[in-house]
Amino acid sequence: MQTTVSNREFTTALSDPDTPAPKGIKGPDRKKSAKRFDIYRNNVVVGLIDALGEIFPAVARLVGEQFFRDMARLYIRANPPNSPLLFRYGRSMPDFLATFEPVAHLAYLPDVARIELAWLDAFHAADTSCFSAADLGAVPESELDDLRLTPHPASRIIRSRWAAVSIVSTTRSGASLADIDPTAPEDGLVTRPGYNVQLRRLPPGTATFLQSLIDGARLADAAEAAGRDCTEFDLPLALRAMLEAGAFSQRREEA
Amino acid sequence: MPDTPQPTQCSYGGAAIPPRAGAGLKTAHVDAILSDSYRIGFLEVHAENYMGDGGPPHRALDAIRENFPLSVHGVGLSIGSEGGLDETHVARLKKVVDRYEPGLVSEHLAWSTHDNSYYNDLLPVPYDEATLARVCRHIEHVQEALGRQILLENPSTYVQFEQSTMSETDFIRQIAVRTGCGLLLDINNVFVSATNHGYEPLAYLEDFPLGRVQEIHLAGHAPDVDDEGDVILIDSHDRPVDDRVWGLYETVTGRIGPVPTLIEWDADIPEWPILRKEAMMADRILEASAGPDASPRQRAARG
Repeated sequence: MQTTVSNREFTTALSDPDTPAPKGIKGPDRKKSAKRFDIYRNNVVVGLIDALGEIFPAVARLVGEQFFRDMARLYIRANPPNSPLLFRYGRSMPDFLATFEPVAHLAYLPDVARIELAWLDAFHAADTSCFSAADLGAVPESELDDLRLTPHPASRIIRSRWAAVSIVSTTRSGASLADIDPTAPEDGLVTRPGYNVQLRRLPPGTATFLQSLIDGARLADAAEAAGRDCTEFDLPLALRAMLEAGAFSQRREEA
Repeated sequence: MPDTPQPTQCSYGGAAIPPRAGAGLKTAHVDAILSDSYRIGFLEVHAENYMGDGGPPHRALDAIRENFPLSVHGVGLSIGSEGGLDETHVARLKKVVDRYEPGLVSEHLAWSTHDNSYYNDLLPVPYDEATLARVCRHIEHVQEALGRQILLENPSTYVQFEQSTMSETDFIRQIAVRTGCGLLLDINNVFVSATNHGYEPLAYLEDFPLGRVQEIHLAGHAPDVDDEGDVILIDSHDRPVDDRVWGLYETVTGRIGPVPTLIEWDADIPEWPILRKEAMMADRILEASAGPDASPRQRAARG
């Protein structure tokens, strides 16, 4: 009786380097299968490590390439992908980094990973126009307070207790972090007006303002919420950031 | 060469892929390809890279599609899986195919998904009756969902299964006969598997249903060693096509005439001119295989 190998047996051995290759797997002419089976193990892991390196280039640079690859190997074993779309992989990386003791001294790292995931989401988001300064100018003044906007599919807001936005921008550009105080909290906005993903720091209170608008609030209510949240909130400054970034696609029709 | 009558097929949509050299599309090459005086015969993309909603990948592919015939090559359908196909993924593939109307759509004789986990490789299947029936069901389902024929690619493998009861070529021929799918002959895979399992690549090609081949893949491979210290080849797609693979390619095209031929280069990706050089080499061999006055129909009959 020949030994049959189920997908389960194959993948169990594939995921655990300490498990021998399944019985029923062989080389030609009674050759052994250990190193042969290792080729599949290696292909899977190296492919996923490379994919994570492309998703999280700033995280990789901050911890060092070799350290990142070793860490990614542990991440992959604990969090295998559940989709063949690798640009959706790594969603739990921020949580992993937050509890991975060897990087505990880099407290901003989980937020850096969150920004990189937002960046990738924006990259693949649907194409649509942006609500522009001209669009805003066309809204009659009497309707401004009641204005509601539809978020652009690429827009993501990140609120960090650290200087994560500056750290990502600087690290991705290859510059030195020497001038950045990592303990200064930052809010960031990721957008993609046209085809280039943009990441910018937001002025004080603007994250609350934009998040309220994204959640469907009226312009007046969003501004009031932001003012309550942050005394330095400056509506004209917030509107300028919003329009420059292309955070919204169009006016939202009343439900 | 063994050949079998073509079963009746549904219509195959999309712009035809010419019997010339094509290249696997890489983002870094898009501008160079569009501005090059050498016109590559066609471009091929991995379907999964265009399953996002929008953004730069689709913009680049739109530009390519306007100027070149396009082939779509899936790497994540997991046709060999024990479980059923992932209907969500089939629907995603259909969306890509409907949007870009490629001249050819292909997938692998392999699996990569089990129990909701994705294993980022093309894993081998045993060549037995149960697997054959399952793979045929899956291919029929995909062809029905897409409303067109797909091509199935022969794998590169590193291990064998004790439970296999037939040869790879018999297995593939059976699939083609039962499902009416076309075949994508990866000659580098033939060379890699033949080396890894100790048989002659030419003997494999003698047994292969060459009459059903609608596309050829060529790529580079990397040497390693097996448990016994003997050479084993890895299907690495990270270097030029090996001279011995070029030799097999000349033999195959000499028999069946010109077939769309893709140069795959997926790791350590070079500048476009290096890839173009490989494509031009394939073009020269294709031209020679056409002969001075053979019509496509005569050439097909010769295969």
